[in-house]
Amino acid sequence: MSTAHTHDATPGSAAAHGERHGSSHGHRHGDGHGDGHGHGHGSDGHDHGSLLTYVTGFLLSVILTAIPFWLVMAKVLPSQQVTALVILGFAAVQVVVHMVYFLHMNARAEGGWNMLAMIFTVMVVVITLSGSLWVMYHLNHNMMPTPAHQMREMP
Amino acid sequence: MFAQSDLQTLLLGRLTLDAIPYHEPILVATFAMVALGGLTVFSLLTWFKLWGPLWTDWVTSIDHKKIGIMYIVLALVMLMRGFADAVMMRAQQAISFGDNAGFLPPHHYDQLFTVHGVIMIFFVAMPLVTGLMNFVVPLQIGARDVAFPFLNNFSFWMTAMGAMLVMASLFIGEFGKTGWLAYPPLSGIVASPDVGVDYYIWSLQIAGVGTLLSGVNLIATIVKMRAPGMTMMRMPIFTWTALCTNVLIVAAFPVLTAVLALLSMDRYLGTAFFSNDLGGNAMMYVNLIWIWGHPEVYILILPAFGVFSEIVSTFCSKRLFGYSSMVYATVVITILSYLVWLHHFFTMGSGASVNSFFGITTMIISIPTGAKIFNWLFTMYRGRIRFEVPMLWTIGFMITFVIGGMTGVLLAVPSADFVLHNSLFLIAHFHNVIIGGVVFGMFAGINYWFPKAFGYKLDEFWGKMSFWFWTIGFYVAFMPLYVLGLMGVTRRLSHFDDPSLQIWFQIAFVGALLIAVGIGSFVVQLAVSYVRREALRDVTGDPWGGRTLEWATSSPPPAYNFAFTPRVHDTDAWADMKASGYTRPLGGFVPIHMPKNTPAGFVIAAMSAVLGFALIWHMWLIAGLSFMTMMTTIIAHTFNYKRDFYIPAEDVTRTEDARTRLMTNA
Amino acid sequence: MNAPTLEFAAVAPEPALQQTASKQFHVLEHHPENGTLLGFWLYLMSDCLIFACLFATYAVLGHSYAAGPSGKDLFDLPLVAVNTSLLLLSSITYGFAMLTMQQKQMRATLIWLAVTGVLGAGFVTLELTEFAHLIQEGAGPQRSAFLSSFFTLVGTHGLHVTCGLIWLVTLMVQLGMHGFSEANQRRLQCLSMFWHFLDVIWIGVFTFVYLMGSMA
Repeated sequence: MSTAHTHDATPGSAAAHGERHGSSHGHRHGDGHGDGHGHGHGSDGHDHGSLLTYVTGFLLSVILTAIPFWLVMAKVLPSQQVTALVILGFAAVQVVVHMVYFLHMNARAEGGWNMLAMIFTVMVVVITLSGSLWVMYHLNHNMMPTPAHQMREMP
Repeated sequence: MFAQSDLQTLLLGRLTLDAIPYHEPILVATFAMVALGGLTVFSLLTWFKLWGPLWTDWVTSIDHKKIGIMYIVLALVMLMRGFADAVMMRAQQAISFGDNAGFLPPHHYDQLFTVHGVIMIFFVAMPLVTGLMNFVVPLQIGARDVAFPFLNNFSFWMTAMGAMLVMASLFIGEFGKTGWLAYPPLSGIVASPDVGVDYYIWSLQIAGVGTLLSGVNLIATIVKMRAPGMTMMRMPIFTWTALCTNVLIVAAFPVLTAVLALLSMDRYLGTAFFSNDLGGNAMMYVNLIWIWGHPEVYILILPAFGVFSEIVSTFCSKRLFGYSSMVYATVVITILSYLVWLHHFFTMGSGASVNSFFGITTMIISIPTGAKIFNWLFTMYRGRIRFEVPMLWTIGFMITFVIGGMTGVLLAVPSADFVLHNSLFLIAHFHNVIIGGVVFGMFAGINYWFPKAFGYKLDEFWGKMSFWFWTIGFYVAFMPLYVLGLMGVTRRLSHFDDPSLQIWFQIAFVGALLIAVGIGSFVVQLAVSYVRREALRDVTGDPWGGRTLEWATSSPPPAYNFAFTPRVHDTDAWADMKASGYTRPLGGFVPIHMPKNTPAGFVIAAMSAVLGFALIWHMWLIAGLSFMTMMTTIIAHTFNYKRDFYIPAEDVTRTEDARTRLMTNA
Repeated sequence: MNAPTLEFAAVAPEPALQQTASKQFHVLEHHPENGTLLGFWLYLMSDCLIFACLFATYAVLGHSYAAGPSGKDLFDLPLVAVNTSLLLLSSITYGFAMLTMQQKQMRATLIWLAVTGVLGAGFVTLELTEFAHLIQEGAGPQRSAFLSSFFTLVGTHGLHVTCGLIWLVTLMVQLGMHGFSEANQRRLQCLSMFWHFLDVIWIGVFTFVYLMGSMA
């Protein structure tokens, strides 16, 4: 099996690789620790936004906030379930808008690690929320056979 | 008279002289021993004028190697405490039959099993794991330190302060009597009005902050600070498992923080989250705490898997079999560990659909774990195995852990769990995986990396003694519990009526004594190795024929780890360097940029411990003051912009020349 | 017992050999990337999970009124709308502070930060007023599991905003002392992420707690 080394890197190719590594992070800084110095901006995949992105994001979020408030306060839609679903949909869209326009999320920031961390977090959040609801619903259903409307009146 | 008692309440809250357990002979004797030990250490430090070096070289140090060592020392000290509790429980259960009530009253016994669990998980296993990762990971990836060295020091001290609060509960007041997860309503203010649960909450919250921050720190370190050429798929397996463990820490510990905060709201403010009335639901606590709790067991075991991977490939002198399958298995376990939490409370009544989903996910998670076992076996197959102490622990692990894993799959069947839930079978199962997995892994790791940390190997004879006593002791102590569990004996009982059970508990007690000899042998091993350190000295920096970068530098490594950052061309970077004719650079050194020590972390952590203590005892004034002090220190620390310095090239040259001389003289 | 031989590590090499060896095995100086922004993002993700737990608790207990008032009886949507606008406005003013920072305009940056701080303080004040009003009405966090989870979820968000305000003030002082140093720019970026992150959480709060609570 693998007792022998598969040593594929000749010194030449190795050096080339090292240079590639070095140049792919085009910024320089004198500090890996704490806040003494930092790296320059603009080359690390961080998008810092422009006036246009901020204003676009703001306008979008104003609209996306106003509509749900209007839907609920003016009781526009006939059914509560529909209203609930619609405003949850608006919230989801607005979260994405904030992520893109204010938090400048993209797949490049920090070499994609920010995005990866967020995807993982969203996954855990979804598991926590839906799992808890699912588990607790069944627990209540099996262990406390009281109808929901009576539950609200329980002391 | 009134004024005086008001003042007393303001200053001391509910702490009175009654809280000191001077009427409990066991505790008084323990206190006497601790005090005597503390006094000895204190006078020795004073005699040898070591307070200064202790402060500058250790307490305020931001060197990841020293912090790692401090974590492990903390864990070993706490192991003694947690193990003493275990022996007392085993002794109580071995004698407390029929008319004999044993030597521990129930309220003491209940504290014992609670504190044993809390200490072993949070203050033994966690610091061992974090300590090893702290010490090894930066060396393995060719970095000079972690990404946030100050935070690292702070994290350690938060963990240590949490441990100190637990220890304080022994002599001031009491600890929880609720079991290690403090389920409400038992842990609520109605059933537990004393300080015990508050000690539990605050020690875990304080230590939890440290754990979370060290998780963030190590992820950033692994992502950002790898040596040039070390791509993700060239990282050593231990670093991979450390990455996954820290991902789990960052994604799981907030849940613990949140759920403990909710419990403390119930206790302090009278909210109704987990109460029996006003619409509260205690099951929500159980649900949430296991969303943390299950990832937690993988937080503990993954680094142990990493240790075994390193050891197997080193002591078989070959590449790890199936490197990428090992990586994928680790990642899959990381994700799946969030989908199994309900198997800890199958019996709570979620019904068939929920139970079967979580039963199936639990069985699925054993697949990647099994793949790992086969990878290690195939690495050993036709390897030149050197049966040194770390390898012995590894083989002991592989056998023991497989048994524990199989009983785990058995428990994953919901209908079987209805019979075995909360029985001694469960106790035997999780000790089987935690001792056989985590503890064996950490002993293997300590034996493996000790020469890297201190420059000399650990004594082999006493290491083998420790291994054999631990292993045999484990089987003698826990196999009877499987039997008892199958007979239906439940956990957390301090007294039994059926005399036919007694023999099993007596056997288990003998097992605990054997483990005690194992722990004793380990202590002797440390002492003997220190005495024989010149004979055991390793000047090469690579005593085992290691394969990863930490063996490329001297033992112990200089403060800056590597005079020049290594360039990586392959997995097993150091084996590759040796094979392609590596020579150690002897000149041309340049100044090295390093972080500076700071006392801020210690001060903030100490303040948070005072805050925790004050909150436990309702000393509102002191709580307010310590909180303000803590916040001020934190803000003041952000005004410190000069956190780094350069080690001059001459110093580097001097250090490296000294090593060259050592190596040529050897 | 000892490992395979290591003679090549212990033997002093020829100077010329050493040169080539260095290039293959070492870099002269390695500057790892600064990890602060990634680390802070990871912290935010963990904070997100704290909120996830509080949301989950609210979702599970949010209808356990214990014969007490429900969201429909209590919530004052116009007030929530004002609060939401304050937070949204503070988001864009912080964005302007970031833009002026990029152009190294200290005065403008400080002004935008101050505006952000005032808006944030307004938000916290309104929230505290709302809380005080509820408690006065006998609808405090002790009244029912619903109110416990409501106060905890909304209060935790408010506590975060308060921490953000303390941080903002500290950072303004530090900007005055050290200017746009790289450390300060990085800190402004971290606070920016923190502030916008709290905005995202607030979207969940006003939708899930206030709007949906007012309907049921």
